[in-house]
Amino acid sequence: MNSTEALIASIQGLSASSGDLSALHGILRKAEDSLRTNSDVQLATLEQLDPSIHSLGYLYLLEALTRGPVSKAKSVLLIARFINSCDAGQIRLASEKFVTLCKRFKDRVLELKDPLRGVAPLVSAVRKVQVSAKCLTALHPDCLQLCLQAKCYKAGFSILSDDILEVDQPRDFYLYCYYGGMICIGLKRFQKASELLYNVVTAPMYQVNAIAVEAYKKYILVNLIHSGQFSGSLPKCASSAAQRHFKTWCTPYYEVGNRYNDGKIRELEAVVVAHSSDFEEDNNLGLVKQAVSSLYKRNILRLTQKYLTLSLQDIANMVQLANAKEAEMHVLQMIQDGQIHALINQKDGMVRFLEDPEQYKTSEMIEVMDSVIQRTIGLSKNLLAMDESLSRDPLYLGKVGRERQKYDFGDDFDTVPQQFSM
Amino acid sequence: MERDEETSGPMMEMCTNGGEETSNRRPIISGEPLDIEAYATLYKGRTKIMRLLFIASHCGGNQTMQLEALRMAYDEIKKGENTQLFRDVVNRINGRLGDKYKMDSAWCESVDRRAEQKKGRLENELSSYRTNLIKESIRMGHNDFGDFYYACGLLNDAFKNYVRTRDYCTTAKHIIHMCMNAILVSIEMGQFTHVSSYVNKAEQNPETLEPIVAAKLRCASGLAHLELKKYKLAARKFLDVSPELGNSYNEVIAPQDVATYGGLCALASFDRSELKAKVIDNINFRDFLELVPEVRELINDFYSSRYASCLEYLGSLRANLLLDIHLHDHVDTLYDQIRKKALIQYTLPFVSVDLSRMADAFKTSVSGLEKELEALITDNQIQARIDSHNKILYARHADQRNATFQKVLQMGNEFDRDVRSMMLRANLLKHEYHARAGRNH
Repeated sequence: MNSTEALIASIQGLSASSGDLSALHGILRKAEDSLRTNSDVQLATLEQLDPSIHSLGYLYLLEALTRGPVSKAKSVLLIARFINSCDAGQIRLASEKFVTLCKRFKDRVLELKDPLRGVAPLVSAVRKVQVSAKCLTALHPDCLQLCLQAKCYKAGFSILSDDILEVDQPRDFYLYCYYGGMICIGLKRFQKASELLYNVVTAPMYQVNAIAVEAYKKYILVNLIHSGQFSGSLPKCASSAAQRHFKTWCTPYYEVGNRYNDGKIRELEAVVVAHSSDFEEDNNLGLVKQAVSSLYKRNILRLTQKYLTLSLQDIANMVQLANAKEAEMHVLQMIQDGQIHALINQKDGMVRFLEDPEQYKTSEMIEVMDSVIQRTIGLSKNLLAMDESLSRDPLYLGKVGRERQKYDFGDDFDTVPQQFSM
Repeated sequence: MERDEETSGPMMEMCTNGGEETSNRRPIISGEPLDIEAYATLYKGRTKIMRLLFIASHCGGNQTMQLEALRMAYDEIKKGENTQLFRDVVNRINGRLGDKYKMDSAWCESVDRRAEQKKGRLENELSSYRTNLIKESIRMGHNDFGDFYYACGLLNDAFKNYVRTRDYCTTAKHIIHMCMNAILVSIEMGQFTHVSSYVNKAEQNPETLEPIVAAKLRCASGLAHLELKKYKLAARKFLDVSPELGNSYNEVIAPQDVATYGGLCALASFDRSELKAKVIDNINFRDFLELVPEVRELINDFYSSRYASCLEYLGSLRANLLLDIHLHDHVDTLYDQIRKKALIQYTLPFVSVDLSRMADAFKTSVSGLEKELEALITDNQIQARIDSHNKILYARHADQRNATFQKVLQMGNEFDRDVRSMMLRANLLKHEYHARAGRNH
């Protein structure tokens, strides 16, 4: 049809500079409805355009097409190719459309039961949509979800290494942290998993949501594995809704935590067996088993504080392992993981615990310290900048101005200029 | 006398300085089974009865001791006016002591009658004083009432009446009198918080107190701290009691008790320098310690690191200390603390210690010793590590420099984490706020 051809022509013509692009964007938006109903728009029309140059137009057309008649496999192929070759600048003008397209892509890939195909395109999609490395986009959680399904943890982890500081949608954030935590657990990076899950658990929320509850369950277990600590109360910065309601949903986990704190293996195992159906429902049984084995390690670690040498049989007795052989296995594992420093003397069946050989004198250590210092300075600067921008934000000042009417302190100077009192 | 030589015999071996001073007073709290008669002569008044009853109920299966205590209690009660206690004692004797020690209802009735009459008389007097509004006589009236109730065993009423005299006290002496009475009744009732508050009240007196009164107040305060398990404070109070106390506070505490309580609490809670300064070099307290030579010996042994004999003395004293009405609940804790201190003090000067020799010194097995040391290391009271293979304890001093580096790195990481999540939360809140503002506008 004429309109279609006209559209194609304008796309091809106006895809050069940014001024043209905004005009093009306007045209495309107006033409959106017609695109949907127009049955003429086919794959053939699409081939007239080059995705890397005419990204914006291609995006609109592709979106209309995939909603309609195109088959799933073909649409997956098309979208993947488009994502790989599109131009990031043009895409960001219509980011919501792009996001919708990618979400559709993800759904199709999942329906086809082939998540692996979607991983690479979505990773690059995330990079292209992201305005800056600090921003969270709606695509982050989808990408992580695909990585989890495909068990492609390394790819997922590359996305997680960004420091997210700005968030638009809370729900995206919760999902991002939750999936991110699961990926880190898969990679056995329990420190980062604990951080991510901590962010969900302490996020401000007025009503408890299911994502946060599930995240809290995993958070408890990850904390046990990583640092061996469990406290029955949430950190103070968690929202009051969370502090009131999480407990009721997580009772089996609290029991596990309490038994772990007591340090007795038999009782912990009994509790695990008793609640194993709950854990299986939440898909946390593997994690719970890891927590139980970490208790052995924790107990052996405590022994290193008290003893210089200890026989393997004694270790087995004190930590309640079955026999000296198992004790040897555990100690060996811990030495290899770098959790303790020790020497095993097989002739006597003795283990000799050594001090941490790190002397903090090498140049590598100096580099590590230097990078930590730089990072800290950077963070402080960020914090100050944030504080400054907030004190210039008209909404915030308006609120403070309003509240100031209620409390008349009679200060010598006003923290908020008069114009903001309403 | 025979018993004197028995008890002074073993002590002759231990004392190298100075000979054995023959004192008129036999060591009553000693390793020997308690001589109840001698013990009872140390006290007077209601506390004597209560102590005898306590001994009777806590002496285990020792029938002779029990009957002896009950007999003496009976005799003492008959001298007083407390029919309730009388009935109690008769029940417990249960006819085992023969005819002379059975229920004497005639006596009970006459005592009760006299009590009624006295009560009526006191009430009349008090109401007449009240109408006359003479402060001093009202005060005396309430005081008499208090004394009367105390003699009958109605402690709560006695306490109330003593406290009521407060409004009518005019001189400092009156106030002190009131405080001493209140303290006495509170101790009998077992309410040691009141004891502390009334001691404070008495000590706030603008005039300087007589030395005996001051000593009595310190004893009472020491007892209160002991019951509240504040052993260090109790020790300090007991050690400050001046020797002029003598037997003047027998209705509460005997000087032997001051020595025992003070010595044991000090040993359990003071560090070495304090022990030397306040106990061993304390001239005043020396007089008290003479009364309980075993306690004196065990403190000296502890200070000179003869732990085996020190613990031996403790063991022998234990049975008798458990019969003491105030110390009964605290014997185990105090012993535990003393033993722990001994273990810690033993290991302090050494770089390495052979566990078998240490076990000999403390009269325990090597594995038992290992367990005790493990508990102390976990509590961070000993800085050492055990070489379980060779059974040696090695001192271990934490490397400050490494520990500092570790801590710094850890802190940097925590700061990083906390600031980032804080900024995220602030962002989320800001977003919510913007979303809401957006909706409102």
